[in-house]
Amino acid sequence: MIIFEYFFYPGILFALVVSLAVSWIDRKVSALVQWRVGPPVMQPVYDLIKLMKKETLIPSGASPVVFLLAPAFSFAALGLVSLILFNSNLYASGFIGDILVVVYLLVVPVFSLIMAGASSANPLASLGASREMKTALSYELPFILALGVVIIKTGGALDIGEIISVQRLSGPVIYSLSGIIAFAVVILCFQAKMMQVPFDISEAEQEIMGGAIIEYSGPPLGFFVVSRWMLMALLPLLAVILFMGGIGSFTGVIKYIAVLVIAILIKNTNPRLRINQTLRLFWGPVTLAAAAGVLLALLGL
Amino acid sequence: MIKNALKKSIWVYHFGAASCNNCDIEILDTLTPKFDAERFGIKLVGSIRHADCMLVTGVINSKNLPRLREIYSQAPKPFYVIAIGTCSVALGIFKHSYNAAGPADRHIPVDVYVPGCPPKPEVMISGIVKLMEKIDATKKKGVREI
Repeated sequence: MIIFEYFFYPGILFALVVSLAVSWIDRKVSALVQWRVGPPVMQPVYDLIKLMKKETLIPSGASPVVFLLAPAFSFAALGLVSLILFNSNLYASGFIGDILVVVYLLVVPVFSLIMAGASSANPLASLGASREMKTALSYELPFILALGVVIIKTGGALDIGEIISVQRLSGPVIYSLSGIIAFAVVILCFQAKMMQVPFDISEAEQEIMGGAIIEYSGPPLGFFVVSRWMLMALLPLLAVILFMGGIGSFTGVIKYIAVLVIAILIKNTNPRLRINQTLRLFWGPVTLAAAAGVLLALLGL
Repeated sequence: MIKNALKKSIWVYHFGAASCNNCDIEILDTLTPKFDAERFGIKLVGSIRHADCMLVTGVINSKNLPRLREIYSQAPKPFYVIAIGTCSVALGIFKHSYNAAGPADRHIPVDVYVPGCPPKPEVMISGIVKLMEKIDATKKKGVREI
């Protein structure tokens, strides 16, 4: 049963289908913002199948085991996140501490990117890995503080099911002042977690040509691309769960798509920040805002 | 759907040999909202390892010839090459230059030629349609003709 849940529903396969749809929404909304037509609905599927059929090249001087395992780690961890999030959302139940497990599992894709960059024997890839490390250092602190706001507002709930059921009983977290601040902080942190503009300096296509994944081709690249899409599908879901009580009905789906479109619009209307600007933004104003949110939540606002 | 995947998602890598930038600007025009090459699944990528197709612009000279060969050898197969502009198709005004190393197809296999100085975006899109036909033909025969 657990194996079926992990591999099919609501685990890897279901997350894959959702992430293909989300990726198409991303490209279509970006196209509409730029007054273009945009790609057809099946475009992510074509991209994925094509990548799976291409040749895998391992650069000489790279470490083959780490090089090929990194994308698999990233994909497997996100499948587990999807299992936990969708299960808690469907049945409003979980196990104690699963929110912490999700926080740890969401760091695994970052680590696999760092592993990928460090094992590719390419100077641009190691540059991308080091920038990825700095970005992760910068956004984790405000993210965990904002998570603290949610946990305080829901009465110390450390399990996602309880966070959802408390919000369904006594109103969403976002209806309070500290909730709004924490939501804004989380949206910014998720933008960096999804490696999207304005925080995509670690892969800056025009500058370091994809960063950590520069040497990847064929199926391993496909797994990295799918991990990116899965992050893009799962992080808005996590935001909806934390601040709006999860997807319970049709309005929940609208909330989910609204959070997703906010992320896409931020991506399309902002220039890329340098790595020092990213660090200054997250450790300065964003962390202060998150700390203020925690104080307000402790005061009951 | 599985068979047509490569045809529907051509990721393009841009190799500018000693180009005068006119072809490069026209390639960027092809990607702008007016022509919107993403409708056909075409995407510009920064690394040759991610690419399915390489655009060669400009005249190939003895300085950048080793780079062209190295980059072509790093590409994952199946891989296609489009020569864009008169320079890489047939050297153009550099025919008698002391430094020119010959047209692109003397050094790497070229699948589609898009002549013009510079070619218009419409011509490039028709070149890509020819490449799609060629991918179909390759699949039927099972071998790739150069």
